[in-house]
Amino acid sequence: MLYFTKWKAALVLLVCALGVIYAAPNFLPKGTFPTEASWMPGKQISLGLDLRGGSHMLLEVGVDSVIRERYDSLTENMRDALREARIRYRGLRGSADGASVTIVNDDDVEKARSLIAKLDPQTVVGGDGNHIMVTYNEKTRREMVDRAISQSLEVVRRRVDELGTTEPSIQRQGEDRIVVQVPGLNDPSRLRDILGRTAKMNFHLINESKTPQQARETGIPPGAVIMPGADDASAGAPQEYLVDRRVVVSGDNLIDSQPTFNDGRPVVSFRFDAAGGARFGDVTSKNTGRRLAIVLDGKVISAPRINEPIMGGSGIITGQFSVQEANDLSLLLRAGALPAPMKILEERSIGPGLGQDSIESGEIASVLGMVFVVVFMAISYGLFGIFANIALMINLILILAVMSILQATLTLPGIAGIVLTVGMAVDANVLIFERIREERKIGRSIISSIDAGYRSAMSTILDANITTLIAALVLFSFGSGPIKGFAVTLAIGIITSMFAAIWVTRLIVAYWVKYRRPTELVL
Amino acid sequence: MKPLHMVPDDVNIPFLKVRKLFYIFSLSMVIVSGVLFFTKGLNFGIDFRGGILLEIKTEGPADVTALRNNLGSLGLGDVAIQQFGEPDDVLIQLQRQDGDEKAQMAALETVTKALGDGVSIRRSELVGPKVGSELKEAGLFSVLISLALIMIYIWLRFEWQFAVASVVALLHDVIITVGLFVVSGIQFDLATLAAILTVGGYSINDTVVVFDRIREFMRKYRKMDLPELLDLSINTTLSRTVMTSFTTLLALIALFLFGGEAIRGFTFALIFGILIGTYSSICVASPLLIVFKLRRKIPEGEESKTEEANAL
Repeated sequence: MLYFTKWKAALVLLVCALGVIYAAPNFLPKGTFPTEASWMPGKQISLGLDLRGGSHMLLEVGVDSVIRERYDSLTENMRDALREARIRYRGLRGSADGASVTIVNDDDVEKARSLIAKLDPQTVVGGDGNHIMVTYNEKTRREMVDRAISQSLEVVRRRVDELGTTEPSIQRQGEDRIVVQVPGLNDPSRLRDILGRTAKMNFHLINESKTPQQARETGIPPGAVIMPGADDASAGAPQEYLVDRRVVVSGDNLIDSQPTFNDGRPVVSFRFDAAGGARFGDVTSKNTGRRLAIVLDGKVISAPRINEPIMGGSGIITGQFSVQEANDLSLLLRAGALPAPMKILEERSIGPGLGQDSIESGEIASVLGMVFVVVFMAISYGLFGIFANIALMINLILILAVMSILQATLTLPGIAGIVLTVGMAVDANVLIFERIREERKIGRSIISSIDAGYRSAMSTILDANITTLIAALVLFSFGSGPIKGFAVTLAIGIITSMFAAIWVTRLIVAYWVKYRRPTELVL
Repeated sequence: MKPLHMVPDDVNIPFLKVRKLFYIFSLSMVIVSGVLFFTKGLNFGIDFRGGILLEIKTEGPADVTALRNNLGSLGLGDVAIQQFGEPDDVLIQLQRQDGDEKAQMAALETVTKALGDGVSIRRSELVGPKVGSELKEAGLFSVLISLALIMIYIWLRFEWQFAVASVVALLHDVIITVGLFVVSGIQFDLATLAAILTVGGYSINDTVVVFDRIREFMRKYRKMDLPELLDLSINTTLSRTVMTSFTTLLALIALFLFGGEAIRGFTFALIFGILIGTYSSICVASPLLIVFKLRRKIPEGEESKTEEANAL
């Protein structure tokens, strides 16, 4: 156990040297090294949001509503097909689970089934008797969900980018969730506002045959719907509007939007693409004199009267905006609408001040923990304790190096993981040294005691560390944010500490024995 | 300078003689913990319950009563307000609001508005009901999975008695640590759960070291009584057990004292867990081997190997 071949010793030293090289950038100012190549040293450990401040949000995309929309349009197609074939039906409706209809005459059922099946090859036509239930097959459903999520990711990315923060991270999690992490954001409510809205903007014509009040009392005219106004009642604007259900121009055609001022009041300008512009011109020229409602997420922002045809494909939205609201609305319109509404499931925000405090206290705790352990080891094992302490330093350097290479994120619990590893890292050496003491007590020679100490402690070290590693890996795979950070450093620490304790101290001890030829073992 | 030996070299404590006392002590602790867990219950943090947490810094020393009156009148249910750390550091916690995620969001905005501009919000956390219950499930699941995996590993490496004894000892540690959280009323959150799992890993680590020695001695001293052999194993590894626990505790105490408020509950759980884990690997896990009737059964083939080991 005490004999090292030259290349083996060189390998251990090489690993230590690489550790130093990869860990070093963390102690130098950022950007000291170019960081293009992923394997090159120069990268620093990235700090978690709890250390540098920022916001973390877990969002759930309402994929049900996307599926629901698809079933609604399928329902429309079914209606057309059945009408055309003069098949009588009732109870035609779409839901998030499928589109269903009941055929009145038994004789028509077969024909209806084949008609419906032809509408969309991706559907499965089920149901029994006169009742027909149409659902999309699993593959299509999955595709719809995937598309909705990837579109949402794209829109969220554009919206967050507009905030102008550095290195936001936007990732899909699980089937229908998105994790947004924005470092260094001082005001999480802004992020909340921006992400919490679908921002689907459409233009509808106001139905002027009745006031909303009359419509409520005498019945809503066909093809119309009552929509609430976007402003608070205090603003003096009407609370409800009666609008035509039909979307005359859709916000999908918007290509730009900017906050600006009109008569000293904040407004939002918009511009359509060619197709949208033509359509907008057409609608405004045919309906001059009528009122056009600008509807955002089911609420009417404003309903100006069309005084003249608007041909240029651009216009402005006036409303009861504050400057901030005008900014946000134009941002949302620029970034585009989400395909489905999103819910914020979880939000965690840390102010930069607290992050800095945590870094400082983490540093103090790590350094003190180290000092305690180092002093205690030296007192307990003398020279061997110092060997173990050298290994401990190398262990810490290796943890930093591995974390830099893996680009792992260091969090506050992660720092705790490192401090805990410092305490536990000496365990392997303690096991070995205790074993050497025992062997000496039985009366073995120095070299044979050391040899036997390493040999017999090895399986114990492995067993003990593997069980802890199991716990760390389970923590990693089931834990969320903060726990993951802890598990990462713990797992890395276990592996590096085994290397440091077994190889590094053994190398040191081997050379010590070789060159000093000790006659007594003070342990 | 002669190195300090925390445990005398010729230590020989008859642990097994008083094992009945350990059983009684451990069993009653476990029972008390269990009863308290089901009657009083854990003080779950918002990670598991859902709700809102705000850490704020007021201008000048915080007026907790005024804050309480201010936020209590918002109609958002229970508002817990607690001063900690510096006199201007305040922790505000709101219970989960009725309704879905939107209701939580609205409550957060209401509170933020009510606090006004005078205070700076250093940390805000909002956990919706859905995530809360998911985290609870995932947490329980991860505890069970790691227990099972550890048991399988020990079973592969040792005889089944060792596996069962180590997991019983592990459960003992986890249950009593949870019991401490019930008694102290310290909040139980995700970080605490991580701490408990780590305690599990540590406790097993400790136990395995002793078991390793027992296995070795069983091959070496074939005529020795089991209780005597267990005592010898515990005593020969006692120095290591104490040393490692002590260095780990040293590091943790530094973390507890200087690591800041955010991880104090976490380090507290670790410190207590390591104490109890050390106790259990000495006083619970090894004596349990007698209960599970560990017997030496070395197949014929291994005979020669054992001789060899002795000869070394």
